[in-house]
Amino acid sequence: MTDHDQPHLPSPTLWPIGFAVGIACVLTGLVLSWVVAAIGVAIAVVFGFLWIRDVTTPVRAAAPTVEPEARAPRTTSPAPVEDEPAAYPRSTFLSAATLGLGGVIGGIITVPVLGFAVLPSFTNQHDQNVDLGPIENFPENEFVIATYLVDPKVGEVTRRTMYIRNNGQLEGKPSFTAIYSRCAHLGCPVQPNGPIEEDKKKTYGDHVDLIPVLAIGFGCPCHGGQYDTEGNRRSGPPVRALDRAEFSIRNGNLFVGTFFSVSHVEGTGARARIKRYGRAVPGVHVDGAEAWLYPIEVPK
Amino acid sequence: MAGKSARRAQLESAALYPLDWVEERTGLVGGMKYFLFRKVPRDSGWFHTLGSATLTAFLIQAITGVVLAMYYKPDPDKAYQSIQFITNDLTLGWLVRGMHRGGASVFIILMFLHMARVFLFGAYKYPRELNWIIGVILLALGMLEGFTGYLLPWDQTAYWATVVGINLNGTMPIAGPFLAQFLSGGAEIGADTLSKFYALHMLAIPGGIFALIGLHLYLVMRLGVTSPPWSPEAAGRERTEEPAPVGGREGLVRPVRRGASE
Repeated sequence: MTDHDQPHLPSPTLWPIGFAVGIACVLTGLVLSWVVAAIGVAIAVVFGFLWIRDVTTPVRAAAPTVEPEARAPRTTSPAPVEDEPAAYPRSTFLSAATLGLGGVIGGIITVPVLGFAVLPSFTNQHDQNVDLGPIENFPENEFVIATYLVDPKVGEVTRRTMYIRNNGQLEGKPSFTAIYSRCAHLGCPVQPNGPIEEDKKKTYGDHVDLIPVLAIGFGCPCHGGQYDTEGNRRSGPPVRALDRAEFSIRNGNLFVGTFFSVSHVEGTGARARIKRYGRAVPGVHVDGAEAWLYPIEVPK
Repeated sequence: MAGKSARRAQLESAALYPLDWVEERTGLVGGMKYFLFRKVPRDSGWFHTLGSATLTAFLIQAITGVVLAMYYKPDPDKAYQSIQFITNDLTLGWLVRGMHRGGASVFIILMFLHMARVFLFGAYKYPRELNWIIGVILLALGMLEGFTGYLLPWDQTAYWATVVGINLNGTMPIAGPFLAQFLSGGAEIGADTLSKFYALHMLAIPGGIFALIGLHLYLVMRLGVTSPPWSPEAAGRERTEEPAPVGGREGLVRPVRRGASE
């Protein structure tokens, strides 16, 4: 029986349990408070160290003890160097060169290809302004279901639905609420709660449909999230309010532009105060401690 | 056993000649014999067939998938219609699509059953830990196949299930939003999402699965099969050299005599 016939298993140990408790504390702390997270880090570090020490004991014990140099220091002049092998032999140079060149060639090929696989999803992602037609098509203080194509050249796959409400005038300027239909839970399309006035449907251009609706809120068919008329979460799983879009008015036409995420809205209508954040993935907190889980913003 | 007639011997050698030809040049016949006729524990039984069943399910997915790809069009405007065309109009299309669709569930279920067998038999233990890890990666890749394949019918169920699936990935701490944006090819599902999922579904992930299955089988071959827990035989006993089989020709292929002239 040689050493290799034996299973190489560490002896049973309880340290991983402490380590796991530490990690659990860290994760809990990310949500609750940094104090808990710090305690968790401490526990995890201590138990992780003990665990690693335990596991590596046989390896460390097996390290051979180095005999001290027994020879007397050389006093005579060094021997002629002809017999000694070259310090950097040709074969070493050649294999290093082959590996290096191979790596360079591989990198030249791989890096652009990987970049092409990944980068197009993260570049040139700005929202386009879409013309939704004259603002007279939007009755005051009533929601309109506006469906339109973001990019008609690309086709139906770019169809989006906004809930747009004309809030009337604010200090002499028209005010709109443009709520995006994407649920803040996992992105299903929220539906207006209230009768849809199909008979008052209007169209603009070749791809914009406007249907008034008497909405008293919005609800998601997938997992039951409910929102009020400002898009604030009322109940269910969503983690924030509904996303919105910036609007602009050019030549009497309403345009929707850049989308942004909203933690919550205070007040209503034209005087609403909107807590605005950069556009986030559904299901992601934009404020509070949970937002720490997403420290790096996706480049646009 | 009476001596074979000359005629029969002649026929046999004529039939085996191509195999001998291949074996002499590649050694593959011996390799296949080594792979297929290796020793397994005396009391291995039906539970041990779950791995091969999973492999068979995967091969069925691969073959039906290749044929479906001949008719499917991964374009947002045409994908749904092409699936309808495959199902309703093309001869036997309903069958092959049904095999691929139902086979997907069979593949996943068999993976879990195979994993349960390995777990309950303790077959993940030394020296087979790495094969368990490869199996876990294969399970993840299999689930990814399910996720990417689910979008391809491009109907309402497929679309919204994928929206939810991508956004579930998006809630992963730190990297989640990047993962979601990579998968959908932008802030939301768009023109390139379908073809991206198609490419992942039929090229990238199956390639990885094939490679890892090769590694998985190599380790099975090298390390052997575990006995069931109820086996009376002690594990890890000393290996004994088995005596060579006596009499007759050895296996399928005659040992090639080198240098023998006609």
